[in-house]
Amino acid sequence: MERNLMKGNEALAEAAIRAGCKCFFGYPITPQTEISAYMAKRMPKVGGVFLQAESEVAAINMVYGCASSGIRCMTSSSSPGISLKSEGVSYIAGSDLPCVIINVMRGGPGLGGIQPSQSDYWQATRALGHGDFQVLVYAPSTVQEMADYVTKAFDMADKFRMPALILADGLLGQMMEPVTFADGEIKMSDASGKPWATCGHGNKRPHNIVNSLYLQAEELEYHNVERFKRYEQVKAECPEAESYLADDADIVVAAYGSTARLARSAVDAARSRGIKAGLVRPITLWPFPDKQIKAACANAKRVLVTEMSMGQMVDDIKLAIECRLPVSFFGRTGGVIPKPSEILAQIVTLDEELKGE
Amino acid sequence: MNNEKRENREIILAGFGGQGILFAGKLLAYFGLLGGREVSWLPSYGPEMRGGTANCSVCISDKPIGSPLVTEPNILIVMNNPSYDKFINAVAPDGLAIVDSSLVEGRSDRNDISCVYVPATEMANENDLRGMANIILVGRLIKETGIASAELIRKALEKIIPSSKKQLVEFNMKAIQLGMNS
Repeated sequence: MERNLMKGNEALAEAAIRAGCKCFFGYPITPQTEISAYMAKRMPKVGGVFLQAESEVAAINMVYGCASSGIRCMTSSSSPGISLKSEGVSYIAGSDLPCVIINVMRGGPGLGGIQPSQSDYWQATRALGHGDFQVLVYAPSTVQEMADYVTKAFDMADKFRMPALILADGLLGQMMEPVTFADGEIKMSDASGKPWATCGHGNKRPHNIVNSLYLQAEELEYHNVERFKRYEQVKAECPEAESYLADDADIVVAAYGSTARLARSAVDAARSRGIKAGLVRPITLWPFPDKQIKAACANAKRVLVTEMSMGQMVDDIKLAIECRLPVSFFGRTGGVIPKPSEILAQIVTLDEELKGE
Repeated sequence: MNNEKRENREIILAGFGGQGILFAGKLLAYFGLLGGREVSWLPSYGPEMRGGTANCSVCISDKPIGSPLVTEPNILIVMNNPSYDKFINAVAPDGLAIVDSSLVEGRSDRNDISCVYVPATEMANENDLRGMANIILVGRLIKETGIASAELIRKALEKIIPSSKKQLVEFNMKAIQLGMNS
């Protein structure tokens, strides 16, 4: 297979089209604008729809309508734009519809900055809108994974009738790396296999209704409970993590997305100094891969969480390891990218502490 | 197949927007890609790009690349004064700096790195290759490091120059040759 050199944003857009995404509704914002630009160029050539909406709010509501008809569709933005979309995401989740949403994170809060960040972890995993719902969250770490996980996101969103989010960041969006795509014809999605879709019934069946409004409390409760039953299935089936040199590690570094690749360099550097360090990388952030994290930390004495945020994943790691080990944190925020050498310094400090015990 | 040297390269290219910094970086990344190696290319995308400085990081390695952001380059290509001031002291010991001496006034007194001064912008203007100082510097880099074989250079250029502008391949080859003979 040919290796292409592409930006993360472009690889993701190409993979989405190959996954059958027929409609893309966008609005530009740094550092994800290449997704929109790529879609604008490519969609008309493959029979799909590219639409630049008048705002992020409009774009997510176009996704709501499109998803109702059973067509694979997507929108993308960066942190402040995702906040604007959150009302629409809640409606989509409340209507049990599949779609894919991309967040190429930048520094926040507020308008923040345009440099890479991971400070929307809480928003993505806890509250991408109001109400009782979750979204599937995938955190790619390479340009190849930007492509691979957008495909998976479409499949899982359809399977569980829920929104799936790709949580990337400016570093992954802007960098170029080799990426390969499976050969095969591009086939746009339709509503087949989606009996709930509002795609026209030709008087052959009762009409479908897509709705998130239930004024009867018991009825709303019923829908929420049914949704959470489905989430149990998602939790059983979807969690993914990667571990690297963790089996015999005294110090396990936990990091996701682009920070995980920086941490991996630090782990390699620590190993070359004779420090037993390893890495565990959650790939799904919701559902969180508790079992995989716990297994990766089974022989560890210390856990170090590193993120491009003030430490939003720390609590999830503590819960995953049932608070059995001391967990420390190192992060940079506001768009500052941590250096592998800074992460290494943290590992060395922990190693010295362990030797002193 | 290719006889380029398989070393780990951590490269920063820096200059003004419009000098072809990102293009030159892309060319280096393609040397790695077509040589079957792991590569990454990361541009600066800050507001400073508008008329100000532009820079990009390129990594070429046989192992998966950790940080695509280079902070201690073993190769620096630099094309303006502010970038020279910003990066010359960041070059790793035993590293190489290739400086467009038509545009950069500074001369480094570091003796732990090699500094090569090429009047690339003047050379480009004298040879009807205006705007190709970046490629002349890449040519010099090839001479200094053996980062790409002759075969690879042409293949990479053909890959990144759109077929509608095919005639540019030969101009770029000429610029590379100028750099290699400098």
